[in-house]
Amino acid sequence: MRYTFDTSEVDSGRRGFTLGVAALGGLSVAPGIFLYHSASAKPADQPVSNKQRWGMLVNTNVCQEDCSACVTACNEENGLWSLGRPATDAQWIRKLNVKDRQTGHVTSLPMMCQHCEHPPCVDVCPTKASFRREDGIVLVNKHTCIGCRYCMMACPYKARSFIHEPLYEQLPHSPRGKGCVESCTLCVHKVDRGDNNTACAEACAKDGHEALVFGDLNDPHSEISRLLEKHGGSQIRADLGLNTGVRYQGI
Amino acid sequence: MVTCVSMIQVFADGPENIPPPKGKYSEETVCVEPVDVMRRQHFEYILDHRDKTVIEGIRTEKYSLTGCIDCHITPDAQGKYARYSEEIHFCASCHLFTAVTIDCFQCHADRPEEAVRATLRMSGQVIGVQELGKLMQLDALK
Repeated sequence: MRYTFDTSEVDSGRRGFTLGVAALGGLSVAPGIFLYHSASAKPADQPVSNKQRWGMLVNTNVCQEDCSACVTACNEENGLWSLGRPATDAQWIRKLNVKDRQTGHVTSLPMMCQHCEHPPCVDVCPTKASFRREDGIVLVNKHTCIGCRYCMMACPYKARSFIHEPLYEQLPHSPRGKGCVESCTLCVHKVDRGDNNTACAEACAKDGHEALVFGDLNDPHSEISRLLEKHGGSQIRADLGLNTGVRYQGI
Repeated sequence: MVTCVSMIQVFADGPENIPPPKGKYSEETVCVEPVDVMRRQHFEYILDHRDKTVIEGIRTEKYSLTGCIDCHITPDAQGKYARYSEEIHFCASCHLFTAVTIDCFQCHADRPEEAVRATLRMSGQVIGVQELGKLMQLDALK
């Protein structure tokens, strides 16, 4: 079921005042809380809630076949260094080119964890290491992951990677190690920081394609919600009824 | 109790050239909790905070491993950050003496981000993915 805000409680006068103050130039109401941050940025000491559901919209009509800026940006952001063995290197996002044999039309799209509402990886995890955060981001708690790889078997999107070898030089915000399964975190460290964007979407916009839009599916005013309402978006393997957080246009 | 006190005494020893922390968390407690409490119970605070961060998304710096590392792991006079494999690394200095084996740094960074990023740079250039792969294989062989 789609969560909607009860807007009747919003005092329009107060909202206008807040926006006015914010417009004056990023004044802080309290130490660490800045009004110019997006409305969805939460204070660091507050837990995430289901008021948000983070998602991604992929417009395959503008995704370029020869571009892999999103993949490079993801690798840089999360420290996914290749060990020189592509068969077992971690992939949090990858580019796929799908050809329609009848028409010859090639669709290029990025594929990653679809951040399902009903994730099969969570269903099968024997240690509850694979879990769905309140705000809809599906993660692996690597402290409890035993590396059984059931989730890799269960995922219809082949979104997860297993780390076979010891790793070095991990980044502080992206701890990774041997014996654990991992996948796209929807740049959870950036989301919690209030960046309101992911590395892949930023890179795509920087290259001028803007095929990726990150945002809050529960906020009817967010760009992603407006685009989805206007143009629609499909789920890959919608027949599985997983209600994915990543939606695609043009397929 | 005597043992406990003497252990605390011992914990306070260690290599003399450990780079000092960035500063005091507060004048009263020095660290996030009084120093004797931290020496005995730091792992309990980190463990508690770990689950709050991973599962609930609480990202406060106090009690976070990243917060510990950012403050305690500072460069020496030559600007070099100690690794966990070295005796003068703040965490290792005690763990080595007390024969405590931890897994934290198999996955987590043992130095602040700027130090990790510096390692990833060679003579001012960002190392390519392939080159870093080779570098890591060499490390693994050692």
